[in-house]
Amino acid sequence: MSRDALLSATHLARHYQVKGGPFSKPATVKALVDASFELYPGQTLAVVGESGCGKSTLARVLTMIEPPTSGELVISGHHVSLKEGQRPPAELRREVQIIFQNPYGSLNPRKTVATMLEEPLKLNRRDMSAGERREAARAMIEKVGLRPEHIDRYPHMFSGGQRQRIAIARALMLNPKILVLDEPVSALDLSIQAQVLNLLGDLQDEFGLAYVFISHDLSVVRRIADDVIVMYFGQPVETGPAETVFTTPRHPYTQALFSATPVADPNRRRERMKLKGEPPSPLAPPPGCPFAPRCRLATSECTEGDPPLNEVADGVRVACIHVDQAMAAHEASA
Amino acid sequence: MAAISTPAAPGTFRYQLASFWKDFSASRGALVGMIFIACVMIVALLAPWMAPHDPAMQDRSALLVPPVWHAEGSWRYILGTDAVGRDILSRLIFGARYSLSISAMVVLISMAGGIFLGLLAGYFRGWVETVITRVMDVVLAFPSLLLALGLVAILSPGLTSAMIAIAVVQLPYFVRLTRASVIGEKNREYVIASRLAGAGHLRLMFNTLLPNCMAPLIVQATLSFSTAILDIAALGFLGMGVQPPTPEWGAMLANAREFMGSAYWAVTFPGLIILLTVLMINLMGDGLRDALDPKMKRS
Repeated sequence: MSRDALLSATHLARHYQVKGGPFSKPATVKALVDASFELYPGQTLAVVGESGCGKSTLARVLTMIEPPTSGELVISGHHVSLKEGQRPPAELRREVQIIFQNPYGSLNPRKTVATMLEEPLKLNRRDMSAGERREAARAMIEKVGLRPEHIDRYPHMFSGGQRQRIAIARALMLNPKILVLDEPVSALDLSIQAQVLNLLGDLQDEFGLAYVFISHDLSVVRRIADDVIVMYFGQPVETGPAETVFTTPRHPYTQALFSATPVADPNRRRERMKLKGEPPSPLAPPPGCPFAPRCRLATSECTEGDPPLNEVADGVRVACIHVDQAMAAHEASA
Repeated sequence: MAAISTPAAPGTFRYQLASFWKDFSASRGALVGMIFIACVMIVALLAPWMAPHDPAMQDRSALLVPPVWHAEGSWRYILGTDAVGRDILSRLIFGARYSLSISAMVVLISMAGGIFLGLLAGYFRGWVETVITRVMDVVLAFPSLLLALGLVAILSPGLTSAMIAIAVVQLPYFVRLTRASVIGEKNREYVIASRLAGAGHLRLMFNTLLPNCMAPLIVQATLSFSTAILDIAALGFLGMGVQPPTPEWGAMLANAREFMGSAYWAVTFPGLIILLTVLMINLMGDGLRDALDPKMKRS
């Protein structure tokens, strides 16, 4: 890893305090337990996992909406030290921006597109005149594939796909280097999804953006990701180059997750690995490997300690003590 | 896109106004209310030209003259005169000025204060919220007129103190309403997006959140308007509000109450006009609420 990372996260964790009732103690929910990764310019890092695995918490920590409970976050050489409820410092706002899942909630219903796009400039670029701001907003709205006359309209006049384009335009107004995409297309129609993904791809090429792409849609991830992190219960269980992870999933959870993706090939016979049970309650985490209660390979050793995230192949790291068995089982079924 | 190319371009201010008007005028009561209030406002504005007499002029030769449809009535005093010979119609016309402007001031003061406190409470939560809501609960716990009376007694009777007292009494409704809407909107993603763009507390509160919380506040304002008229009249009736000879509706009622048996007109007409105005404002407020509430919208 000789290149300079745009963003590097080391042992990031985010815990929430849950107030107990009058008869119970306050509890801690560990939404994000231990995430370490690096992000490089022009790369797309995908974070996948089922609902409640901490993907969105990761997004909120990376975009400095919330401070991490522990761990270190370095963005473009700046160490992020943020207090609860604080807005991100000025020099970092220009680096990271976020696109939310729901384009119906992320645009202010009472503001025109122009006002929304100009707001970041107004707050961060004191040197720009009103005319220049308007010009920049106009240029950006064309860049995301809308027409300049759309700029004076209100959000309710746009479709979901158009709204998401507006959200993308707003996020890009400050020329960030990193865009955190929190399920950016899962609220959209399939045909619109493709358009928005193409747009994101074009913008990445044009501006050299790095994406943190959070999704539970594996076919989308496979198409656009360079690297992938598979998360379970707040921690990465498998990380590595997307192509390698998708062709040879090594962690039993990854295997089960990927086997649930539909494949458009009627001749292909495949075995679906059904996961038993529910993800464990974050208020009562199981001992040892959190996946052990649902894992088909689990042994008594699994409950004895957290499995370390070991490098098992070129760039691929897996947190499982039975990797070899999992691999063998996978090859046998493939 | 098809909707955008139709002539009634949605989203323009004119379109919003048109759709608002469609919903508002669908309720006949609201329409009647609005027309009535508009008439009262015009009368109040044109009072010096419309009133047949000076409202403070006392005609000693015509004490307690009955209205024109009585045998003893005369066209000179259409609605009769009060105990000191002042023309009731003129006093009602000038009284509209006082009642409306005082109520408008009261609503303005309590709405401004209520929005500010409500925004603070809903935005910062924590101890700020606790302090503000507890104080408001205390204000709410008093019967409103009693509290207003007490405040006026402390501040010395008069128009200004009556306005302040009633504004304070109305404050909790605005605070609670604003706080509730702010809490509902605060965690929406557009607010987070604004924060990430670098918006500070003040900008988030007043520029981002407030415009999205206005609809229920506008409705509450019309409802408070009618309560303010009543409360001002009540304070006037108890002699703690407007001081004579100002022709305020409540004060007129109060001054005439000893003649209720012998000269009903001196009491009836101010009472009637207060009743009608309050009723009409409430009707208008109901219509406004229906027109502004997206859930009531018929597509």
